[in-house]
Amino acid sequence: MEKSVVFNNKLLPYLLLVPQLIITVVFFYWPASQAVLQSFKREDAFGLTSEFVGLENYQSLFAQPEYYKSMLTTLIFSSLVAALSLSIALLFATQADKNLKAAGTYKTLMIWPYAVAPAVAGVLWIFMFHPSLGTLARPLRWMNFDWNPLLNGNHAMTLVVMAAVWKQISYNFLFFLAGLQSIPKSVLEAGAIDGAGPMRRFWTIVFPLLSPTTFFLLVVNVVYVFFDTFGIIDAVTGGGPAGATTTMVYKVYADGRLGGDLGGSAAQSVVLMVIVIALTAVQFKYVERKVQY
Amino acid sequence: MAFRQFGAAATVTVALALASPAHAVTELQWWHAMTGANNDVVNKLAADFNASQSDYKVTPSFKGSYADTMNAGIAAFRAGTAPHIMQVFEVGTATMMSATGAIKPVYQLMKDAGEPFDPKAYLPTITGYYSTSKGDMLSFPFNSSSTVMWINNDELKKAGIAEIPKTWPEVFAAAKKLKAAGHETCGFSNAWASWVHIEQFSAWHNVPIGTKANGLDGFDTELKFNSPLHVKHLQNLIDLQKDKTYDYAGRANGGEARFASGECAIFLTSSGYYGTAKSTAKFDFTSAPMPYYPDAAGAPQNSIIGGASLWVMGGKKPEEYKGVAKFFTFLSDTNRQADLHQKSGYLPITKAAYEKTKADGFYEKNPVLQTPLKELTNKEPTENSRGLRFGNMVQMRELWSEEIEAALAGKKTAQEALDAAVARGNAMLRTFEKTAK
Repeated sequence: MEKSVVFNNKLLPYLLLVPQLIITVVFFYWPASQAVLQSFKREDAFGLTSEFVGLENYQSLFAQPEYYKSMLTTLIFSSLVAALSLSIALLFATQADKNLKAAGTYKTLMIWPYAVAPAVAGVLWIFMFHPSLGTLARPLRWMNFDWNPLLNGNHAMTLVVMAAVWKQISYNFLFFLAGLQSIPKSVLEAGAIDGAGPMRRFWTIVFPLLSPTTFFLLVVNVVYVFFDTFGIIDAVTGGGPAGATTTMVYKVYADGRLGGDLGGSAAQSVVLMVIVIALTAVQFKYVERKVQY
Repeated sequence: MAFRQFGAAATVTVALALASPAHAVTELQWWHAMTGANNDVVNKLAADFNASQSDYKVTPSFKGSYADTMNAGIAAFRAGTAPHIMQVFEVGTATMMSATGAIKPVYQLMKDAGEPFDPKAYLPTITGYYSTSKGDMLSFPFNSSSTVMWINNDELKKAGIAEIPKTWPEVFAAAKKLKAAGHETCGFSNAWASWVHIEQFSAWHNVPIGTKANGLDGFDTELKFNSPLHVKHLQNLIDLQKDKTYDYAGRANGGEARFASGECAIFLTSSGYYGTAKSTAKFDFTSAPMPYYPDAAGAPQNSIIGGASLWVMGGKKPEEYKGVAKFFTFLSDTNRQADLHQKSGYLPITKAAYEKTKADGFYEKNPVLQTPLKELTNKEPTENSRGLRFGNMVQMRELWSEEIEAALAGKKTAQEALDAAVARGNAMLRTFEKTAK
C-alpha cells in the first residue's frame, strides 16, 4: 500500500512559491503595469508635466502608416531570422554530432559568437560590409555588384538578418546538439538495419524526436528576434534606410528615447507585449500538439 | 548623533591630514559627449579650473554620444541625480529650454552668483541659437562648428579642376570630372544628411525651414522646407546618385572616413572635423564655404551653427551654482578661448578671442579654421538664418534623413519625400507643443 505524504500546513505551499512570485512581480508585472499606465498618459521627457489622455496615444499610433510598416518589417525580419538560425544550427549540430576528430574544438568555436554582445556583433558586421570601407564589401564591388545598405533597404535587411542569425546560431546549436545526443542510438541502429539511409533516418527518426527541442527553440527565437535584436539594428543600420529595418522594438526605442515621447512609446510596448503573448499562446496551443515528447 | 560626531571627527582628521584650511570642496558634475582629442580638451579644462582655485572641483564624465548623454541626463533628472552641467547638442535646445524647472538659465545663474557677465561679449551668431527671443542666454555655448566643404586638393588637381567650386552647379561639374578621373564610387558626398541638405542649405539660401523664424519665436511653428528650391536641390542629388556622381554616406558622420581615405574628394561636413582630418588625411586638404545656387536671390546668406552647449540643471544648491558660474567665467577668458579655438578647431565663442586670433595672424597660416567663421558672419542674420529651434529635433532629424534616403533610393520623388518629411515633422511638432506648455 502506497502512502502519500501530505502537508497539512496551508501556508507552506504559498511560502515556497514566494521567491518565484517576488521575482515575477518585480521583474515582469511591475514594469508591465507601469508601461500600461504610461501608455494612457502624455508626459514630457523630463517628467515635469503629466496628463491623462485616455486612448489618444493608441489612436495616434494606429493612424501612423509607419507603424504598420514596422509591423511588416518585424514579420519579415523575424521569420527570416528564426527560419535561418534554426535550420543552419540544426545542420551544424547534426554534423558536430558525428564522430569527428576535433569535435570538442569545433563545438567550442561554434558557441563563441553567443558570448558577443549584440551591439559588438553589429559593429563587426559593419566592418565587413560597410559599402566603402568593409573588407567583404570590396570584393562585391569588384564583381560589379552595387552593394549599398545605406540606401538599399533589402541590402540593409540582409545585413541585419545575417548579424542576428550569426549570433543566434550558437544558442540553437547548443540545444540541438544536446537534443541529438539524447536520441537513443538503438533506435537509429534499428532504422539502419531496416535499410533506411541517413537522410531517411534523419527525417523519420531524428527530426520527430527532436521536435520538443525545436519547439522550445522556436518560442525562444521568436522572443529573441522581437526584443534582443535591437542592439544589432541600432549598431548596423539605425533602423534605416528610410525605415527599412525599423522593427517594432526599434520603433519603441526611437520614439521613446530619441523622441522623448514616452506615452507613444509605452503604447507601442503594450501592443508588442500583447502580440508576443498571443504568439506564444498560439505556439503552445497549435504547434505543441504536433510535438512528440 | 553618534554618526554626526563620527562625521565631524572624520572631517577634522582629514583636514588635519591634508594640513589645509578646513573647508569642504564642492564637487560639480559635468557630463559630456566628447571623444578622442576633444575628450582630452574637456579633461584638461576641468583640471586647469580645479588647479586655479580650491573651492570647487569639476568632475567631467563621458556619457556616450550626444543623444546618449542627453538621455542619460534626462533619466538622471527623473531619478533626482542630475549632474550640475550637461553638454547638450544644438538640436536638443528646444527640449531643454521647454523644461522649465529642470534647468537653470545661464543668464539667471550668472546674475544670482554675481559673476561679471556681458552677453554682448559673445559672438551673436552663436549665442543667438541658445538665447530666448529677448536675448537672455539660456545655455553656455561650448563647442560650436558649422558646415564646410572639405576639399582634397591633390585629387582636384589630378582631375584637372583648377578652382575650388563655389556654387552647386560647379560642384556637380567638378564631381563629374572627378568621377571621370577615377573616383567611380563617389564624386562628392556629405555627412549629417539633414543638417547639410535641409538645415544649413535653407539658412545659406535665406529660405525658411519653418515659420516663426525657424521656431525661435515660438513652438507653434510649421515646417516649410518643401519649397521649389529645396525640391530642385534634392532632385539634383537624386539624379546624381544614380551613377554615384553623388553618393549618400549615411545620416551621421560615419561617412567622413571616405574623405580621409581619398574616396570622396569633395565632402561636406562639420568644421569640427578639422582635428580628425589633420591626423588621418594623408594629402593636401582645405575647407571651403558651402556651395549655393547662384540663381537663388540673396544666396549665400550666412550659415548656422552646430555643436553643443552646456546646460545647468535645476534644483541644486546656491553654493554649487556659484561654482558653475565661476567655471563659466573661467571658460570665457579670452586667452583660454583663443587657445581652445586654435588647438581644437572649435569656433571661439567670444568676440575678443576671435579678434585676438586674427591679430595673432593665425588665420594666414590656418585659413581652414576661418572658413566657418566667415560663413557664420557672411551677412547680418535674417529670420531664416538666426538658427532653428524645433521640439523633438533629435528624432526629427532621423525622420528627415529617412525621407531623403527614400528619395535617393528612388522610392519617392523629391517633392513626395519633402512633403512627407514636412507633414510627419509637423505632426511631431504638434505633439511636442502639447507637452511643452
